[in-house]
Amino acid sequence: MKNYSAFDVIGPKMIGPSSSHTAGAARLARIASKLIKADIIKVDFLLHGSFANTYRGHGTDRALMAGLLGFTEYDENLKNSLEIANKKGINYNFIPTDLGDAHPNTVKFLIYQSNGKIVELMGSSIGGGNIKITEINGMKLEFVGEYPTLIVKHIDGPGVITKITKVLADEDINIAFMSVYRQSKGKDALMVLECDNKLSDKLIKSIKDSSGNVEDVYVIDSL
Amino acid sequence: MYNFKDGKELLNICKKEDKKIWEVMIEREVENSEKKYDEIFEIMRENLITMINSVEKGLNSSLKSMGGLVGGDAKKLRERYMNSNTLSGKRTMKAVAAAMAVLEVNVTMGQIVAAPTAGSSGIVPGVLYMMKDEYRVEDDKLIKALFTASAIGYIITKNATVAGADGGCQAETGSAAAMAAAALVEIEGGEPSESLEAASMTIKNILGLVCDPIAGLVESPCVKRNAIGATNALISADMALAGIKSIIPFDEVVEAMYNVGRSLPVSLRETALGGLAATPTGKKIAKDILGNN
Repeated sequence: MKNYSAFDVIGPKMIGPSSSHTAGAARLARIASKLIKADIIKVDFLLHGSFANTYRGHGTDRALMAGLLGFTEYDENLKNSLEIANKKGINYNFIPTDLGDAHPNTVKFLIYQSNGKIVELMGSSIGGGNIKITEINGMKLEFVGEYPTLIVKHIDGPGVITKITKVLADEDINIAFMSVYRQSKGKDALMVLECDNKLSDKLIKSIKDSSGNVEDVYVIDSL
Repeated sequence: MYNFKDGKELLNICKKEDKKIWEVMIEREVENSEKKYDEIFEIMRENLITMINSVEKGLNSSLKSMGGLVGGDAKKLRERYMNSNTLSGKRTMKAVAAAMAVLEVNVTMGQIVAAPTAGSSGIVPGVLYMMKDEYRVEDDKLIKALFTASAIGYIITKNATVAGADGGCQAETGSAAAMAAAALVEIEGGEPSESLEAASMTIKNILGLVCDPIAGLVESPCVKRNAIGATNALISADMALAGIKSIIPFDEVVEAMYNVGRSLPVSLRETALGGLAATPTGKKIAKDILGNN
């Protein structure tokens, strides 16, 4: 169980009206924004459960766009995000949908970029502004964005984990939480490492070079 | 050493170390984070500043909420306590108006501090603002009181819940009011045990309160329940400072609140399916705002 801090109780500082529908939504989108490599052309926000039912009245739509634009959940500009997106020429759709067996406050982002690539991210706002990412680009995983997070897509095989964790050890980076996922033996696998220290971009190259099995590396700063 | 799991353990530490609740809470924070004492104090100062700003913004604004149900009521109440004799007294009404002001800022997508949640964010700043404005209490003292409030909220979070969806509005605005009551006792120089007595009595005063937001929005009845939360805190703090004890100890009150919350049907826990949300007017408003979604 999480060891609550005084600032979990008095805090966070946020834009209202709802920590789960507004602050959590903005944070989910801010995580998504960190995967974006080019200009955003269009975004489809697939809204599930309570997000689908009450997104207008809770400003969830504005919060989601604000997060994608990189605003924090306490930025007074959050409520003007849709107007700002319009000015930037970003197209957007809020689409109530059923994402299946997901938390009631779940959103799936489909972000179309100017480089032709689409970023997909799914996550839930699980209360009090806390969030959980559950899928990136079709890969199921789980992390909360509280720590600098490293995600490695690789081919399952002996020694891959050791090679990657050695890169971190050499850089003096401490791993707080680590999870590994795989589809089946010898096939696509995924490693999620939540770390105590800030992760630099040069780490991406070192990890890519560490093993022939590594396919893709993402570094996501903490919120 | 400063970690505690309930009110009883907190009071034991206070007694053994001869410390106030706020001191124990900061020491606990130092122990559990990589931050220094002063740094932690300053983060809370930021929260206090944001809280007071949200009160002042709300008292001076008539902006309508996102859903269009509320807005401008705090200002109306301030005009009344400034210009007429109120039934409950100027100080009480000042705390109430301030609490409503924060919630009104919250629902117009303004900046607030969740305390413990956004839907209950008016109560703690409401009473602190009144103390600052009426009694000239200095900021450092208010910051200490915020740590006392956080200790109460922490115990409730750890042993029960502060979420309306889990425990009804008794858990949400009830916890905020209990936090505010303990903070008031702290400001008035009460003992740690008196802060817990005040928190106990506050929750007892509101046990069973349902969470039934119209159209599922944090607007109605939320704004007015922050108003009653502020008065609940003031009354309970005065009772505790008068030496009145809660017959049931704080930890048992928290447990009772949790059990009551879990016994509430789902329709009365933030689903907008029961209570005021299910009245003919509540349903009509929901249809107007949400359409056919």
